Amino acid sequence: MSAFAVARGVTRRFGKVLALREAHLSVGPGEVVGLVGANGAGKTTLIRVLLGLISPTAGAVSLFGTSPSIATRARIGYVPQGLGLHPDLTVAENLAFVAAAYRARSPRLAGDLASFRDRRVADLPLGVQRRVAFALAAGHQPELLILDEPTSGVGPLGRVQLWDGIRRAADAGAGVLVSTHHMSEAEQCDRLVALAAGRVVAQGTVQEIVGAARVVRVRSDRWEDAFHGLDRAGFRLGLVGRSLRVVQASADAVRAALASAGIPAQIDEVPASFEEAFVLLASDR
Amino acid sequence: MTWGVAHLVVRYGTDAALAGVDLDVAPGSIVAVVGADAAGKTTLLRVLAGAVEPDRGQVRRPPRERVGYVSGAAAVYVDLTVAENLAFVAQAYRVDDRERRAAQLLGPTGLAQARQRVAGHLSGGMRQKLAVAMAMMHRPELLLLDEPTTGLDPVSRIEIWRLVAAAAAGGAAVVVSSTYLEEADRASTVLALDDGRVLLHGSPDDLLASVPGLVFEADARLDGVACWRRGRTWRAWSPDGRRLPGARVASVDLEDALIVAALRREAA
Repeated sequence: MSAFAVARGVTRRFGKVLALREAHLSVGPGEVVGLVGANGAGKTTLIRVLLGLISPTAGAVSLFGTSPSIATRARIGYVPQGLGLHPDLTVAENLAFVAAAYRARSPRLAGDLASFRDRRVADLPLGVQRRVAFALAAGHQPELLILDEPTSGVGPLGRVQLWDGIRRAADAGAGVLVSTHHMSEAEQCDRLVALAAGRVVAQGTVQEIVGAARVVRVRSDRWEDAFHGLDRAGFRLGLVGRSLRVVQASADAVRAALASAGIPAQIDEVPASFEEAFVLLASDR
Repeated sequence: MTWGVAHLVVRYGTDAALAGVDLDVAPGSIVAVVGADAAGKTTLLRVLAGAVEPDRGQVRRPPRERVGYVSGAAAVYVDLTVAENLAFVAQAYRVDDRERRAAQLLGPTGLAQARQRVAGHLSGGMRQKLAVAMAMMHRPELLLLDEPTTGLDPVSRIEIWRLVAAAAAGGAAVVVSSTYLEEADRASTVLALDDGRVLLHGSPDDLLASVPGLVFEADARLDGVACWRRGRTWRAWSPDGRRLPGARVASVDLEDALIVAALRREAA
């Protein structure tokens, strides 16, 4: 089956700023694709282009095989970071309002969400609000769902329920695009598309994207001294438990710096974390 | 001196924001307080900062001038430059080596190149970095950061965590709250809050080791046991460690540990 959403060589310029440079992306039926990238990397611009809110300066976008239009918009469900709910209306009123806009029937609320029907959205916990926003976006059975950090600020069981809903939609044939910069969300996706400075710099699963990236791990009984020594020498440093992690440096350079400071340490190269891989991707373009 | 709270209870009206929380924070260590919105993270940090009086329980904290605190909103003086913001707190706390200290804190971050920029014009990530640096200027014994990385991208997050690590390496006891579980891996101790109560408490390794029974990975939902999704596969929890047919033992991570703890609480 052909992809629901395809961006081919999409470039978007705002005045002098190139927000997207020849970006490629496709989301097929039944697929959950994660869009990852630092702030300003072009994620929001790409989503706007896909929603048909702005048009590309160069390149092409196709939705369900045609150009973005009012007709394609009706086949998309979108949950922005701010949720887009009407806080003063009840859950049922929000549902009726959105269903009318899509000329669809008001969706049924599954499980415990039904018990919140007559509550004002503003009075509900964030986890419930996020689930309502998802139910609203998925209510007209869109073929493409676009979700911006769908589980941020939600507790563990709320996250379980949200991902269950997202996967159910994908299992029923929808394509899902999740914009995020969080590991917990990225690893729920089938594959990721990583943007840096408007360019797609990597594609693949979390393991594939992180896989090749390495950082230097430093373990020392004098970790405090090691930290200060390397920090003063200008290395990019982090701490995980009691071991130091050096990004964008060779083990030899770190070894030399510690030796000249007279700090005994065990030094080895280890796979990068999701965040560290991100820093590497964002910097070596 | 180890700082912290014992049997802490805080009520706002009739609602308990915190209902019996214990926490120790040793010098040179980092505690990550994780939880959903409204789990009680902010209240706990406010108590440690001395901004909220507990209804019950004990609080051990240094005198206020030896605490560094960044509340949710990055508190910087928007009309002052980065350098002026740092100089201002340095003067207020009578920091002697203020130039050296400022250079140390800014380090190799982009903020070092932005010293003469007005704080109001900084990006969210830069502003947050400045707020954390300001709170660290006087080398506090207890550093409290309330969700310093919420809404920030991974590049900014790593730079904030460099500052957090620098504080711990300098001997401060550090408490950082976050809604993101992946940040808990960096800390020496994790305190997971849920609805004002402690869901999990211990080192990341201890929390993984303390999951009762076994967590399995399966290709489909299994009947009769609690299941949750992980990408295209499922996780299933066998509380008594009984093998589940058609499922492989999964290597448990903090997300699994937290889900199991939440399921146990719900069942109780």
